[in-house]
Amino acid sequence: MNVDGIREMFQNGKSVEELVHSIFDKIEHSKLNAFVTLAKESALEEARRVDKHGAKGMLGGIPIGIKDSISTKGIQTTCCSKILEGYIPPYDAHVIERLKAEGAIIIGKTNMDEFAMGTSTETSCFGPTRNPWDLIRVPGGSSGGSAAAVAGGEVPLALGSDTGGSVRCPASFCGVVGLKPTYGLVSRYGLVAYANSLEQIGPFAGNVKDVALLLDVISGYDPRDSTSVTKKCEYLKELREDVSDVKIGVPGEFFGEGIDEKVEKAVWGGIKALEDRGASYTEISLPHTKYSLAAYYIIAMSEASSNLARFDGLRYGLRLGKDKDWHTTFSEIKAQGFGEEVKRRILLGTYALSAGYYGKYYLKALKVRTLIKRDFESALKDTNVLITPTMPFPAFKIGEKIGEPLALYLADVNTVPINLAGVPSISVPCGFAGKLPIGMQIIGRHFDEATILRTAYAFERGMK
Amino acid sequence: MKDVIIGLEVHVQLNKLRSKLFCSCSTQYHDSEPDTHTCPVCLGLPGALPVTNGKAVDNAIKVALALNCNIEEWTMFYRKNYYYPDLVKGFQISQYDYPIATNGSISLETEGGERTIRIKRVHMEEDPGRLVHVGTIDKSKYSLIDYNRSGVALLEVVTEPDLRTPKEARLFLNKLKNILEYLDVFDSSLEGSLRVDANISIAGGKRAEIKNISSYKGVEKALLFEIVRQNNLVRRGVKVVQETRHFDEVRGITISLRTKEGEEDYRYFPEPDLVPITIVDRVDDIKKTLPELPDAKRQRFVLQYGISDNHAKVLISELGLANFFETVATEVDANLSATWIADVLKGELNYRDLDISAFSPGHMVQILQMLKKDTITENGAVQVIRTILDEGGTPLDIVERKGLQPKMGAEASGNITLRVIEENPDAFQDFCKGKNEAMHFLMGQVMKETHGTVDRSTVIELLNKSKKEKLQNASDNHREA
Repeated sequence: MNVDGIREMFQNGKSVEELVHSIFDKIEHSKLNAFVTLAKESALEEARRVDKHGAKGMLGGIPIGIKDSISTKGIQTTCCSKILEGYIPPYDAHVIERLKAEGAIIIGKTNMDEFAMGTSTETSCFGPTRNPWDLIRVPGGSSGGSAAAVAGGEVPLALGSDTGGSVRCPASFCGVVGLKPTYGLVSRYGLVAYANSLEQIGPFAGNVKDVALLLDVISGYDPRDSTSVTKKCEYLKELREDVSDVKIGVPGEFFGEGIDEKVEKAVWGGIKALEDRGASYTEISLPHTKYSLAAYYIIAMSEASSNLARFDGLRYGLRLGKDKDWHTTFSEIKAQGFGEEVKRRILLGTYALSAGYYGKYYLKALKVRTLIKRDFESALKDTNVLITPTMPFPAFKIGEKIGEPLALYLADVNTVPINLAGVPSISVPCGFAGKLPIGMQIIGRHFDEATILRTAYAFERGMK
Repeated sequence: MKDVIIGLEVHVQLNKLRSKLFCSCSTQYHDSEPDTHTCPVCLGLPGALPVTNGKAVDNAIKVALALNCNIEEWTMFYRKNYYYPDLVKGFQISQYDYPIATNGSISLETEGGERTIRIKRVHMEEDPGRLVHVGTIDKSKYSLIDYNRSGVALLEVVTEPDLRTPKEARLFLNKLKNILEYLDVFDSSLEGSLRVDANISIAGGKRAEIKNISSYKGVEKALLFEIVRQNNLVRRGVKVVQETRHFDEVRGITISLRTKEGEEDYRYFPEPDLVPITIVDRVDDIKKTLPELPDAKRQRFVLQYGISDNHAKVLISELGLANFFETVATEVDANLSATWIADVLKGELNYRDLDISAFSPGHMVQILQMLKKDTITENGAVQVIRTILDEGGTPLDIVERKGLQPKMGAEASGNITLRVIEENPDAFQDFCKGKNEAMHFLMGQVMKETHGTVDRSTVIELLNKSKKEKLQNASDNHREA
């Protein structure tokens, strides 16, 4: 299911309402558990409106799934945490306003790791999402619901958020395209924060063209986000197959220990395929890569410990039977509302920010972050893009790693440096390990989404 | 008294701003229902982001300049993490390292002479919501929260421990308030516009921090109470512990909230949703907009108008009063204006709990002109002022209505007094014998005849003169006989 295909269906007389009905039918019979809340009424109403007045806007009548960490007016938004049970936001995120303005139809909210903390979508209070390629495996995370919904043909487009790989990891595991934009390109207004300084909302689709289209819709300056900037171009217009001017850098550190052999082989195959199409490559080094996981987790957990403080059940979200005094009540709500992984990260982050440890951990992590950012800037001086495996291995089994948080953290080794550096990165399918898809990560210069999209597009065309 | 060391942390609302510090919600909530001036940002709803109100930063720079501070090149916000039900996000956006200004000062005129109180730092932060405790804070069964105040811009002014007496603390606050009102960034009349944390220690002992005192008088009272409490402890040989105390305004006492061990670690870290703000390039423009400040105005009033320093001090104590004086003084004699405004009008306003906006400068000019032309007595003028304040009306109407017309010339009032004496020989006789009631009776008759337009002193003078003449005559007659 892709946008062009749907437009063709509309042209052949299929109504938007029929399409939306069939989508809900499919979701309701699905084994994936990709959606956690459906916006049936509003979606059908919007579909009928489009049928009556014609499909207008860049996404007229096109259905889309939204990660449950993005605020949607009138549709329950929980970040798949019990603590936000029943929270129906009174406002739309910037990206939702943009989607509505362009005529998209919001189908519902997709599953995710609780507060985006995870690599497998197993920490959701709604239970795990299943990988459409193999139902006993995870879809990746944290935006696993969005990736699985697209891969499973439930929706053509979806939005996720990426703090340390949460768009690219599930894109890789589910064999779809997912992009993490440059920090600042897409307004975070309405994205429930996990780690503010790292995350971006990003598009998922079955192909590069649709990702570019969705990025066109959601990107651009929003005065409500102080870190937001004005975009330079329209990404769909910039797509072409020519990569003869593209210089690829291949950082050795990203092909290191722990990388599955089949993954390594598939990614090198991708690089060679691009070379065949006229691109050139050189092997380069990003020397501070080995510190990135440590720096990432300190920064992300520290920010999270502060961001999640607001969930006290007082104004919205989980309420327990009987209120006691303030301290007892909010402690009990937090104790019962947050899951294990979330508690672990809040505690670690609280510790890292505490008096006497701030300089040792948080400040040091910020310094490392600067070094990593410089690594990327210097590597991308002589190259346009860097190519690496997105994930070290293909999708693992549900339950296989959930008991080993550290092993799961290590799975983010190739994705977190990108968030630390703030550069854009896209994951495109580049082959299979058995029946499991493998993702190739293409990283670009700050605000040069056009080049990574073009590289991914050329590669995708070559695969066909 | 042993050495007392006081330092203040003063939180003032930048309540002349139209919108809050990080969102566009209105700050004019004082007459509104709870939670009606809120939005996703100031309610801290999941996903909402703050955006700094540039005008608030400009106002903070103004204050920093007026307090003679060093202004940093750039400034940034931090998160101060703590849990409290009035705090919607579980943290307050505040400043920590790189505050907007440091190292300023305010000079105070105290009983012990001129003193300089150093300002350690000035920083911006957001106001939490307002908690309403049912009953008192320590016994309340439940509390209500109003988030209208949540996100209003606050300025925290932190002094060095330079204050020595509770009275100095109050003088400092008055001076600060005065400066802020001159800068047009602060309206002290609004409820909750000022909150003070006061640190106090005695003779090198541990310090107590009294939190959240919400009135100028309250600060002085709380500190006086603390001095007595700490002195009593020392006298009984009990060590003063470092602790946070709450001031109960109603009971006039401080109560312990928590000791040092319970002090919170606020886990400050840079607010990732906001970017650092360069301020150095705004300072010069803002400097140009700075108004004349109270001390400068006081000096100018003395020099330009030749009025006494005491009058100038009263007149500059409120910007409205100072402007009122200048308007009036350009029309009539400056010294007369100063006396009548600073001594009479200000007193009448204070008595009625009114401010200068209750009186029109045009009316004052008319009254003073009448006084100048001797067409009204001083008593009459006071009556006119009181009537305007109590009932309204214009000076000319009131003079007419109350029969306060043209003061009798000395001759005319003399004639009337003599006539009254002639018409009331018995009373005059009694008066000459020293009977007070007779004097009151005669005075009453004169006042009745003149509609109160003569000075009592003139009448008394005339009565005494007549009495003297009468006695003189009597003794002359006696001698002749």
